[in-house]
Amino acid sequence: MRTRDLITHAVLAIGAAFMLFPFVWMVSLSFKEEFEIYDPSLNLIPKTWDFANYVEAFTYGEVGSFLVNGLAVTLSILALQYLTIIPAAYVLARKNFRLNGPLLATVLGVLLIPPQVTAIPVYIMVSGLGLIDTLAALVIPFATSAFGIFLLRQSFRTIPQDLLDAARVDGASEFRTLWAIIVPNCFPTLAAFGIFSIVVHWNDFFWPLLVVRELENATPPLGISIFASDEGGNDVGPMMASATLIVLPLVVAFLLMRRSFIEGLTMTGIKG
Amino acid sequence: MTATATIAGAANIRAAAAKREPLIAKPLYLAPAFFVLFVFFLLPAIATIAISFTDWQLGRADFSFVGAENYRALMASDDFQISLVNTLWLNLFVVPLSFAISLALALAIVSVSRGRAFWQTVYFIPVTSNLVAMAVVWDYLLHPELGFAAQLWLSLGLTPVNWLNDRDFVLYTVGFISSWQLIGYYTVLFIAGLSNIPSTLYEAARIDGASSPWDRFWQVTWPMLGPTSLFVLVITVIKSFQMFDVVKVLTEGGPDKASEIILHTLFQEGFIFFRMGVAAAIATIFFAVMLFLTLYQMRLFERFVHYR
Repeated sequence: MRTRDLITHAVLAIGAAFMLFPFVWMVSLSFKEEFEIYDPSLNLIPKTWDFANYVEAFTYGEVGSFLVNGLAVTLSILALQYLTIIPAAYVLARKNFRLNGPLLATVLGVLLIPPQVTAIPVYIMVSGLGLIDTLAALVIPFATSAFGIFLLRQSFRTIPQDLLDAARVDGASEFRTLWAIIVPNCFPTLAAFGIFSIVVHWNDFFWPLLVVRELENATPPLGISIFASDEGGNDVGPMMASATLIVLPLVVAFLLMRRSFIEGLTMTGIKG
Repeated sequence: MTATATIAGAANIRAAAAKREPLIAKPLYLAPAFFVLFVFFLLPAIATIAISFTDWQLGRADFSFVGAENYRALMASDDFQISLVNTLWLNLFVVPLSFAISLALALAIVSVSRGRAFWQTVYFIPVTSNLVAMAVVWDYLLHPELGFAAQLWLSLGLTPVNWLNDRDFVLYTVGFISSWQLIGYYTVLFIAGLSNIPSTLYEAARIDGASSPWDRFWQVTWPMLGPTSLFVLVITVIKSFQMFDVVKVLTEGGPDKASEIILHTLFQEGFIFFRMGVAAAIATIFFAVMLFLTLYQMRLFERFVHYR
């Protein structure tokens, strides 16, 4: 039994080495001097550690502005989504009214629409509003999430009515009950949705590609693709440094919060 | 008699309560979310279908309805056929590959007595990483002269392959890079399904004479894993149809349309050639396929969750 375990671990380790090799090679190249990058001896550990690639990634590749844009866009989207989905999910979960069913059906209907399908009309709207090449164009179309509403509605329904009644008897307003009692009680679901939203929008490439032209307004994936297709194509070192800086934040966050990430991306991941 | 009367009475009371229900509650709580849902999701989806029946081009003020002309033109177009065939071929490559590898990984990870969480984490790392940035890294790894793969091939005495620039290889290379990113995701889904198979079933199978792990896999694991397998299978199909990033960044559909796939054709028609009518027709076809797959997946998801 123990030997079989050992063999399994060995096989898993070989597979893992293969899966992680691109990351290792990326980091290794990002610290190499130019002559060593083109050296066919393929050393994993750079002979001399060189930070010039990182300096160049910031000065030449503008990776700093991609990261700032990415952070601003993902956090603005998430803040707007929380502000819109929490009240809507609360009403759908806890109120009886005749339009409840139709509205919930609308939410489920939107879940069926892939983002690429709405791209043309939304692009026309965004350009009609004069928002092409602004960060607003990256944020506004995602100000709410059908998936988030659905997920939170399910979670809000599990809270016992007694708890809410007690709060009301104590004189808490409905607004206060929602934000001070329901929201903290559903924290795990809100966190899972937050991780899902951040990962999706940090990594989204299709939409930024349509509405952003200038390098200075680019989000991380768009920025590195422009950098790679322009002068960067031959500038392997700075490009690998940029890639490292773009990949690193989410990978580090994942390693720190493994459980929430896996939950956020698989249980919520039915909406790709 | 009295029982029926009570039931009828209760039903009446419920009906009366339903009648007293207001049409809407807390409209201000609902308005922001539903305004965005209508303006940026529902109406655009309908508009896309409408545009697909016009000859509209971006930047032109006038357009006319052309019926199903865009669809007819697409079906007759060699380029679109190439794109469709490539998309299906890519699916045929990626779906079984991802399915088999992630199932094997999940079985291996579940079988070890210690270190499950560790391996799950390791294989999940590519899922959280940015595919565009990693595509750039893969591009360099697969470079025909300077890349690691080429050096490895040379040291093995093989002729290096131009993975991303060879008509015969490019589609598989693109599929391979995309699968590399998502394998860990499917593995985690399989692990969830595997962890829910009661261990008593394995003991029962052992008593019934299923002595080898191979027998136990076919007699217990595979049938019990049914709902999970189907769910993962549909997700791999959905994800494969949605491939775009790697193609856009590394090949632009080339060389010579060998890696042209449906979303890239949609992007080109709409946002490079500005033929919005044609692009909308492609989007509508894509929508129809995804609608079917997603509805099916939602039904499977209920079973998947129920069974968890």
